[in-house]
Amino acid sequence: MHTRVAIAPEELVARLARPGQPLLTILHAIQEEAGHIPEGTIAPLARAMNLSRAEVYGFITYYHHFRTTAPAPIAIQLCRAEACQSMGAEALAEHMEQRTGCRFDSHHHEDGPAAVSLQSTYCLGQCALSPSMMINDKLYAKVTPKKFDALLQASQQACSEAAAKENV
Amino acid sequence: MTRIFVPCDSSALALGADEVAQAIVAQAAQRGVEIELVRNGSRGLLWLEPLVEVETGGARVGYSNVEVEHVAALFDADFLHGGQHALSVGVVDEIAFLKKQQRLTFARIGITDPLSTEDYVAHGGLEGLRNALAMRGADACQLLIDSGLRGRGGAAFPAGIKWKTVLGAVADQKYVVCNADEGDSGTFSDRLAMESDPYMLIEGMTIAGISSDATEGWIYVRSEYPHAVKTLNRAIEKARAAGWLGADVLGSGKTFELHVVMGGGAYVCGEETALLESLEGKRGIVRAKPPIPALSGLYGKPTVINNVVTLASVPIIFARGADFYKNFGQGRSRGTLPIQLAGNIRYGGLVELAFGVTMRELMFDYGGGTASGRPVRTVQVGGPLGTYLPESQWDIPLDYEAYAAVGAVVGHGGIVVHDDTANLAQLAQYAMKFCALESCGKCTPCRIGSTRGVEVIQRIRNGDTSVKQVTLLRDLCDTMLNGSLCAMGGMTPYPVLSALNHFPEDFGLTGAPQTAAA
Repeated sequence: MHTRVAIAPEELVARLARPGQPLLTILHAIQEEAGHIPEGTIAPLARAMNLSRAEVYGFITYYHHFRTTAPAPIAIQLCRAEACQSMGAEALAEHMEQRTGCRFDSHHHEDGPAAVSLQSTYCLGQCALSPSMMINDKLYAKVTPKKFDALLQASQQACSEAAAKENV
Repeated sequence: MTRIFVPCDSSALALGADEVAQAIVAQAAQRGVEIELVRNGSRGLLWLEPLVEVETGGARVGYSNVEVEHVAALFDADFLHGGQHALSVGVVDEIAFLKKQQRLTFARIGITDPLSTEDYVAHGGLEGLRNALAMRGADACQLLIDSGLRGRGGAAFPAGIKWKTVLGAVADQKYVVCNADEGDSGTFSDRLAMESDPYMLIEGMTIAGISSDATEGWIYVRSEYPHAVKTLNRAIEKARAAGWLGADVLGSGKTFELHVVMGGGAYVCGEETALLESLEGKRGIVRAKPPIPALSGLYGKPTVINNVVTLASVPIIFARGADFYKNFGQGRSRGTLPIQLAGNIRYGGLVELAFGVTMRELMFDYGGGTASGRPVRTVQVGGPLGTYLPESQWDIPLDYEAYAAVGAVVGHGGIVVHDDTANLAQLAQYAMKFCALESCGKCTPCRIGSTRGVEVIQRIRNGDTSVKQVTLLRDLCDTMLNGSLCAMGGMTPYPVLSALNHFPEDFGLTGAPQTAAA
């Protein structure tokens, strides 16, 4: 689960931005550790890489993979490309929206941070075992509505157990 | 001690292979049986995953779709000696789907432990590299030209000519870049290669480097493949420790260094110039060509850029010779193509065959028809930018030129089957939507045309089937086809027009197609 301790952005950049490394690699390292790319990393990163802040910001927002806000504790990505469509991914997507009460690719949560987020993705490379999805970092193939319900329940349970542990 | 194989590629993992492997180890311990657990790659028989194999009596016997709750029963059925069980599939090498194939590039997958250097060498690994090290660069490039290998990523450009161009360019630094941004839906051969036989790619890139005087290589892997990135990084580390990479490749005195970078989830970075921009730390915006990357590629230096399967096919060509490889295939499409059977298909997986096989053979003789059991309506060949083939085109031999002749593309060899519940107007609209989502935005036909395309198809689907709307859609496709900078906008019309021409009824249109093109 994405339970993260706040880290000072300057400290993150100083530690993870090594010379000669591609910007992609550095951003992956930051997101891996912080859960997202904190806004405060942009200026120190621009200085470290000899780029303008606009260039760094433009880079981050160009790529779908990078997010500038913390992810939901249960972040679900469903493949909605052709192979998964041919095996009922769209019906599954509808089921997922109903089951979770979330909308796909909706970045606004009116009642504060949501526990679950649904994101469309275009191909996880499991096209012979469609439909496929990722829940946080774990990949699942041949997902049916029933299998999804079980996976969601297990994730929610793991989440609340983790939260309970933190409160002890 | 019995050897048990449980695959560790991401397909098997997505179906619980890790949990199965743990359960097997636990059961064996509980029963006091000694086993050796090998985490092999995938055989590419994906509908059978997780496919557990047991080495017994000189053969490997398989048990398919194994779940944790089956493990105790498998032990009870004496699967350690090949005992019968409802999940038995017999000797894996004898499974018709596999036996009928011509596995050249993918000869090792599923047989070996992907990270074992000993396994790799024992199964023919490094023979190609040793031969290449004994050759002059120009001769190595000529050998690749003679083999007839063309880029397997989709563009089908002769690989040897690229290498020769880089070799002939004068520069202080040259690069080899592997395009592992396999974003096409319906394709997974690059992923299988990286996860199930990573040393093959490392060897192929090293051969590319020493043949073209490039000393540094980069593998750009899409972010949707974290498992492939992990496998590659571990393989590179082991290859370096074994002296296969670094300042003295296999004691030859030649240098080749290799790095992996993970992409950012932009489909257009599969286009080679956008990929180079991305690798340089910029937004993945397509570059205008010329100059070609072979002369001005990564950081403006001469760069060999090939996709995974192209580079992975190199070792066997150098091990067995140009003639060996060239003798497979037909016309100007030489060698084998790893075809990926995907979508609504009963037996999905990897089928490596010489060029020339038909879609009908692939879908029915190999694929066993649809997974849903319904009739096949259409098949999309070549990814999201490939055409939808109607039944009248299922007997065309798979060959770059034969496909081009009917306006279709082989692309990256991905085949997505749709049953008769598919709506081609919806799929055509999706093609435009996908282009709008993924366009890099540099050229107008792609950036704006795709959004207008979504709108006009929506109007037609809403019932406005007037000649005006259809003409508008065709005109828009014409602009995108001819006016876009790269294949993203330039080929999005392929699925759209093929859907419109061959399945007009899905658009609410009746009568003959208005033109015969595409």
